[in-house]
Amino acid sequence: MFAYALRRLLLLIPVLIGMTIVTFSIIWLIPGNPAQTILGEQATPQAVAALEEQLGLNEPFWVQYGGYIGNLFTGDLGVSLRTNNEIIEEMWPYLAGTIELTMFAMLFAIVVGVNAGIISAWKQNSIFDYVCMIIALIGVSMPVFWLALMEQWVFAQELGWFPAIGRSDPRDPIEGITHLYILDTIIQGNFDDTLMALRHLVLPMIALGTIPMAIIARMTRSSMLEVLRSDYIRTVHAKGSGQFIVIYKHALKNAFIPVLTVVGLQMGALLGGAILTETIFSWPGIGRYIYEAITFRDYPVIQSGILIVATIFIFINLVVDLLYASIDPRIKYD
Amino acid sequence: MKKVHLRLISAAFLSVFVLAACGGEDTGGDENDNGNNGNGDSENGTSEGNGGTLIFARGGDSVSLDPPSVTDGESSRVTKQIFETLIEFEEDSFELSPGLATNWEPSEDGLSYVFELREGVKFHDGTDFNAEAVKINFERWADPDHEYAFTDEGYNYSVYGTQFGGFAGDEDHVIEEINVLSDYEVEFVLNQPLGSFLQNMGMNYFAITSPAALEEFGSDINENPVGTGPFVFDNWTKNSTIELSKNEEYWDEGLPKLDGVTFTVVGDNSSRLSTLLSGGIDLMDGLSPDDIEQVNNTDGYEVYERVPNNVGYLGFNTEVEPFDDPLVRKAINHAINKEDLITSVYGGQATPATNAVPVDYLGHNNTVEEYEYDLDLAKELLAEAGYEDGFDFDLWTMPVARPYMPNPARAAELIQAELSELNINANIVEKEWAVYLEEIELGHQDMFMLGWSGVNGDPDYFLGSLLSTDGIPGSNQTFYSNSEVDALLDEARSTIDEEERAALYEEAQVLIHEDAPMVPLVHSIPVLAGSDTISGYVPHPSTSESLKNVEITN
Repeated sequence: MFAYALRRLLLLIPVLIGMTIVTFSIIWLIPGNPAQTILGEQATPQAVAALEEQLGLNEPFWVQYGGYIGNLFTGDLGVSLRTNNEIIEEMWPYLAGTIELTMFAMLFAIVVGVNAGIISAWKQNSIFDYVCMIIALIGVSMPVFWLALMEQWVFAQELGWFPAIGRSDPRDPIEGITHLYILDTIIQGNFDDTLMALRHLVLPMIALGTIPMAIIARMTRSSMLEVLRSDYIRTVHAKGSGQFIVIYKHALKNAFIPVLTVVGLQMGALLGGAILTETIFSWPGIGRYIYEAITFRDYPVIQSGILIVATIFIFINLVVDLLYASIDPRIKYD
Repeated sequence: MKKVHLRLISAAFLSVFVLAACGGEDTGGDENDNGNNGNGDSENGTSEGNGGTLIFARGGDSVSLDPPSVTDGESSRVTKQIFETLIEFEEDSFELSPGLATNWEPSEDGLSYVFELREGVKFHDGTDFNAEAVKINFERWADPDHEYAFTDEGYNYSVYGTQFGGFAGDEDHVIEEINVLSDYEVEFVLNQPLGSFLQNMGMNYFAITSPAALEEFGSDINENPVGTGPFVFDNWTKNSTIELSKNEEYWDEGLPKLDGVTFTVVGDNSSRLSTLLSGGIDLMDGLSPDDIEQVNNTDGYEVYERVPNNVGYLGFNTEVEPFDDPLVRKAINHAINKEDLITSVYGGQATPATNAVPVDYLGHNNTVEEYEYDLDLAKELLAEAGYEDGFDFDLWTMPVARPYMPNPARAAELIQAELSELNINANIVEKEWAVYLEEIELGHQDMFMLGWSGVNGDPDYFLGSLLSTDGIPGSNQTFYSNSEVDALLDEARSTIDEEERAALYEEAQVLIHEDAPMVPLVHSIPVLAGSDTISGYVPHPSTSESLKNVEITN
């Protein structure tokens, strides 16, 4: 197991290097002049030329790339062109925002999706089964932004149950320590704020979690149906265990293996989907941070942002593979 | 057994509803309690509604909080609350009124101005505002080598350059020297008269920063703004919120009325509106024309209109065929139905434009007769120019919405359909925004859509930038060049008598109208929406207004 994990880790190195080249090249190929964009529509050509010089935008590709990699090794992601701040410091609160949102969206997707899938399998061909699978079908096909806007309209604007935007109430903002607000408010012992942060999470969590929820529900259902028909389950039944014990104690572990793969893949998809959700819910997350950077041509931020997201994506895949291997004894480590 | 399981599932759903229920109470609390949520102040139960924190939602974040080094409206909107200028504009117009200076006097030759400064004003860091502070600020912008210019850190004061003819050492730089006459008297000596000098002094860009803060924060001044304004900067979470609190030491007794202001970014237009209508914010900018009716039909909310202070236009590249022929340009002017455009693109929130200067401006020539919508006349003119069979051309269309052009794609299609009546085939071209602007300056376009918004209420900012030869290359993207017009604009720029200036600009507009380098389409009315618990909010044409007179009532 250890050797397997180590080998997987070593394999990451060429992948990561390839990734830096790709992100760097994409930016190199974007049309338009960053200096012009930074200075605004009405800047003089002299000012543009001076800024280009200053930012080293006139240097050849490999010189800029080499400098970038050199800095990465010292943990320096550079400075934002737009704000003059250290990117690594500036980015963390946004990354934390996205981590919190995606974790909750995933939690929502797994809790609701797995349970809906289990009951559908358990009550196969019942009304519940049909309704669940229809909802799952709609859930998979629904555009995230549309769902988000509908949620805002119904649950914020009309019913007033949940706040429409943001991570916390702008009238009473939460002090960030780790910037994972649920954690922060618990550390601070301020449970009113925890509740407030949770309420802000509900709508974006559902918007972001619906597609994976639907996929997980369908996957769990079919996987569970298969397991329920297997011999060992029949044996458990014969021993007189109730259905609940049969499913949650005996069937779920085996049925969960294919679901786990889907969960891993969906984690990655969530990171991508987060940008839409973050935009509509004005959620200060990494997706919007990168998006803003793109509109302002903030090259170092774009590079670092994509690099970090891609790195996280790769590590999630790694974790899923390792988990997969540890859950299913049939999978060999070497 | 089944029950246990159902309980598990319902627990998940239930917790959602419990959260919702708790929320209900909270929201209710906020609505009745707007007045005393800000900064935990303890005055409970005042029903007059003074105080409270105003939440203002907008589409994008500020770029920087250092006023002179940025040109975007979202930055000035915030710095306007923190900083003040020597001269302020009236609440709803570009009329001048006292700001940090109580009085100012130009010399007869227009070459020197003495400003008497307000006494007893303190910066937010507790240091005194005085003549020395004014001098340091202006020198910082004028001199790229100044210790507080921070040019090495990428600071650039382009508006100073545009408005005052360049920087220290440049041939056309207007401000010769700044003399501190006494603690509260400062003199600006110019090397040539500048008609827009006083208007410039009211521009947000030229707001006064505490010299002590420049010393303390250095190039981090953009995130540590220290001015004399009604609100003090607290905190900035990028792409999210900027929090300001009341300046308790503000010189204007009894102001500001609010305890604080929070600017929050809600990028999506419809979610911004949802947030407003759910009580999450108090005021929002950038209401889509399509949503005006919904706000008007909802109790408790109001629509605010700004005075039009921009022009949206169709520019011709006057250097390429067939648009180098004034007859063709006039024909197209006659072929475009502005009323249709206003109805379908602007939701009625615009007035048709006859020239590039907004209607309320000094020197706006309202006797210039519009090229009325007349297809027959347009056809005649085209025939006269030798294009009776029409022609093909590229119509460059903006890829982004702007206040002066809220739906460029729809506008382009409309224009395309109208021109097809004349057998003119417009091929719609769309490019990425930055590329669009770059290439238009280089003259790659045939005909293009663009606009211009005013910042100081001076006609020179429109005519001089858009239509003088000085603006090539740069802001004059029609490449229109007429020496008579240039002479008139130059003379107007260096004249300080208002009537004389007005007459010169009016004359220039007649010549420009005759040459028709553009189709001035509209002066649009940007709209905002807010809760009716707000009073005292007056939108300013510059798009940045002080919120010191605003209060929240119940």
